[in-house]
Amino acid sequence: MNPFSSGTRLRDMIRAIRACKTAAEERAVVRKECASIRAAISEDDPDYRHRNLAKLMFIHMLGYPTHFGQMECLKLIASPGFPEKRIGYLGLMLLLDERQEVLMLVTNSIKQDLNQTNQYIVGLALCALGNICSAEMARDLAPEVERLLQFRDPNVRKKAALCTIRIIKKVPDLAENFINPAAALLKEKHHGVLLTGVQLCTEICKVSTEALEYLRKKCITGLVKVLRDLTNSPYAPEYDISGITDPFLHIRLLKLFHVLGHGDADASDTMSDILAQVATKTETNKNAGNAILYECVATILSIEDNGGLRVLAVNILGRFLSSRDNNIRYVALNMLMKAIALDSQAVQRHRATILECVKDPDASIRKRALELVYLLVNESNVKPLTKELVDYLEVSEAEFKGDLTAKICSIVEKFSPEKIWYIDQMVKVLTQAGNYVKDEVWHALIIVITNAPNLHGYTVRALYKAVQTAGGQETLVRVAVWCIGEYGEMLVGNSGMLDVEERINVTEADAVDVIETAIRCHSSDLTTRAMCLIALLKLSSRYPSCTKRINDIILQQKGSLVLELQQRAIEFNSIIERHEKIRSALVERMPVLDEATYSGRRAGSVPAAVSTSQGALPKIPNGVVKPASAALVDLLDLSSDADQAPSSSGGDYLQDLLGVDLAPASQGTNQTDKRGADVLLDLLSIGAPPAQSSSSMLDMLSSGQDNKSAVGMLDNLASPSAPSAQASSPGASSSMMDLLDGFGPSPSVPETNGPTYPSIVAFESNSLKITYKFSKEPGNPQTTIIEAQFVNKSPDIYSNFVFQAAVPKFLQLHMDPASGNILPESGNGSITQKLRVSNSQHGKKSLVMRMRISYKANDKDVLEEGQVNNFPRGL
Amino acid sequence: MIHFVLLISRQGKVRLTKWYSPYSMKERSKVIRELSGIILNRGPKLCKFVEWRGYKVVYRRYAGLYICMCVDHDDNELEILEIIHHYVVILDHYFGSVCELDLIFNFHKAYYILDEILIAGELQESNKKTVERLIDAQDLLEEVAEEDASSVNHIIAQASKNK
Repeated sequence: MNPFSSGTRLRDMIRAIRACKTAAEERAVVRKECASIRAAISEDDPDYRHRNLAKLMFIHMLGYPTHFGQMECLKLIASPGFPEKRIGYLGLMLLLDERQEVLMLVTNSIKQDLNQTNQYIVGLALCALGNICSAEMARDLAPEVERLLQFRDPNVRKKAALCTIRIIKKVPDLAENFINPAAALLKEKHHGVLLTGVQLCTEICKVSTEALEYLRKKCITGLVKVLRDLTNSPYAPEYDISGITDPFLHIRLLKLFHVLGHGDADASDTMSDILAQVATKTETNKNAGNAILYECVATILSIEDNGGLRVLAVNILGRFLSSRDNNIRYVALNMLMKAIALDSQAVQRHRATILECVKDPDASIRKRALELVYLLVNESNVKPLTKELVDYLEVSEAEFKGDLTAKICSIVEKFSPEKIWYIDQMVKVLTQAGNYVKDEVWHALIIVITNAPNLHGYTVRALYKAVQTAGGQETLVRVAVWCIGEYGEMLVGNSGMLDVEERINVTEADAVDVIETAIRCHSSDLTTRAMCLIALLKLSSRYPSCTKRINDIILQQKGSLVLELQQRAIEFNSIIERHEKIRSALVERMPVLDEATYSGRRAGSVPAAVSTSQGALPKIPNGVVKPASAALVDLLDLSSDADQAPSSSGGDYLQDLLGVDLAPASQGTNQTDKRGADVLLDLLSIGAPPAQSSSSMLDMLSSGQDNKSAVGMLDNLASPSAPSAQASSPGASSSMMDLLDGFGPSPSVPETNGPTYPSIVAFESNSLKITYKFSKEPGNPQTTIIEAQFVNKSPDIYSNFVFQAAVPKFLQLHMDPASGNILPESGNGSITQKLRVSNSQHGKKSLVMRMRISYKANDKDVLEEGQVNNFPRGL
Repeated sequence: MIHFVLLISRQGKVRLTKWYSPYSMKERSKVIRELSGIILNRGPKLCKFVEWRGYKVVYRRYAGLYICMCVDHDDNELEILEIIHHYVVILDHYFGSVCELDLIFNFHKAYYILDEILIAGELQESNKKTVERLIDAQDLLEEVAEEDASSVNHIIAQASKNK
């Protein structure tokens, strides 16, 4: 005999493992056992198979790999004896899950066992099937299970019923076969069968409307009678739970009523009496009774309107809410969320209690209560509710602050009656929990501030005060720094005082102190420091007396290891020292940011964004058209959220905000000093405009947009040296080149248009033809510009023409608005639309695209779909 | 439906796991780690429900053992508490005042009993007596089969000795 395979008994192995003092010892024992089990497996020794599998299961529970035992389960299941099958099925359920291939091998054994006469073996097979069956097995074995629903022994029938639940969850199409046998189970007297039959019917109703109608017609009165008999039944010890007979059956019946009564007035009417009886007569001093009541409330709230019952239900929830048992309070809060949709007045009555629950020591209750409060808020109660929440923010636990802050911000944003209140609340939140505030929230705050000109002074003073007390909240610091940069003179001059304000005396040096502290603070991150530098630059012109000091602070960043900060410091230093003349124009106040565009972009699905940008295009003040903004992202956050920023559309707005402040500046310089604009271009290494149109930055930006090269140019914004060398044209004044501290002008690289590509017919049907023309941006081989042309081949005019396209992940797609949405008949005109595709796998993979075209022809909606695989290679 | 059942000791040792929804082995150990971290750290007075990954975990503590069931968001949490207790009452009756050691050395029995109470994450039997009767009947079948086997072995051994 193999020296390993004799093995120890299961009990001895467990003892040995428990006796281990260290994890290493345990691993050694397990390794030894596993070795001997493997040896036994390879010898195919049937005597110890049973015991070995039991050991493996124990080892599995300890978290060790036991995949090598899977086949042993199958062997045990296939053996004829009951003990082997019992442990084999147990191992199957524990060691395998439905996704493993091995499972397919067991289908046949299960099928045989389902056809056995021994009810216990049938029971084992049904149990295993119910717990792990996959869709394939469900299809293969459904006929057997259906037959077993009529098996002579009730214990098999109930197992078959639950097994059926699993089968129809895996393959809903099979549900129809089971409607009749399932309905037959509802007439059973055996509680187990009735219980499982009711559950099965509930599940079938969820997937089959046919079953739902059938049960509503045929079974509902019978079920009402079952529930009535159950509630009135005398004491039965084997079903009794704290004085109630079979609460489980109560609850399952109520769940079925929930489904049957939902959306059907007749059915709801039939069950209303018994629901009222359950709701009023159930004992509530034990959990079992409360469980029934809770389910009853859920059912009442879901069935068709019956005023009396709803009042009853909400009253029960009110009683639950004032319970001392945390479990009961939790479920009350949970159910009130559903009740609020039906009767918000009734729920509002409990507002004070719910608000108390937000402050509960129990995290689960707090979370529920907070969700509920969020639903309770409306225009009339937003102020007191927000006050409560903000007050609580101060004392709440750290891990709850994140949720709470998010909710407060959302409430404030949604319901704020006036801007000053909004700003006040946000300053409070930032002061208490600024570190938990998400980026889009403080970005939104800045937008609101810029849009409230009469509150600029008030806001900057409030923020200044807040920063004095809560300088550790980074988000607060950012907003404050931004506002001080923009409205610094209002802070010092106390201008724009509101009646409610007290005067404060802030000197210019105090304001600069705030920013200096922020930029020096070791915990400040790149974004904050970059914002500080911009603010300093702005203040250098607003506070002439501090210019020297500001310049010193900026100079300290000259040695920063972060390229972004270093570059800003050097460039800003140049502006301050050498360009006194243009500085004040350069650092003028930011133009007002458009709220509608911002919120539109935050809503941000792609088609929506396309349409908003189309609509809002003229409104954006500085001439930067939307697609450019994504590229501007780099400007602010070179490293930290480079990968995340493009996806969060809210986020990049602020990047615009900080990035594009060079645009208005150029507007100013435009009139005063054309050469200044060129200087600025070089300074920020944007790349010079084409020589012939080097008149103004604005032109440059918009013309850049027109050539579709804005992205390329703006990409260069962030990188300090190379791009300027590449793109600066000799037309740029060389005298100013020294600004770049040594990056001399280099001969311009002639623009190459790259290879040309043949146009293709991307899609052609009887009614529509789409052709693609391709071009490349110079210097950006990854990006292809596609001009799509749509031609109508039918004799009908198409209206509401919409073209949508989708690309795999390695591609990025930007679509410009189409030239129109009406397509004249028979090729009498066309629509064009520009698409820009960036291929991150350029040179490795070629483009593919799927598209969907919808339009209205002859008042009928038409949808066409296609895939484009015939792109020229090398795009 | 119940997605899984866990029995975890106060020390974080797993005593029983039953999965009714597909979780890969890797996910399973992650789930166990995550949940034992959350549940073992909750104070005794708090409610017995934890919201977790869009599900709810309902648990009950018996001496050093936590029994947890993960259910859908719209399931009846109070009923799950009763199901847990139902299971424990039957275990208690079967083992005769059950303790953690019973569940360690006879873990397979604990599984067999659970399989008579739950299938596919749904409740199978509300009658405690029926469950006990079914388990006893199957245990008896097993004993009879083992006795048969050992007597056969005995005869074979005798016969080979006499040779």
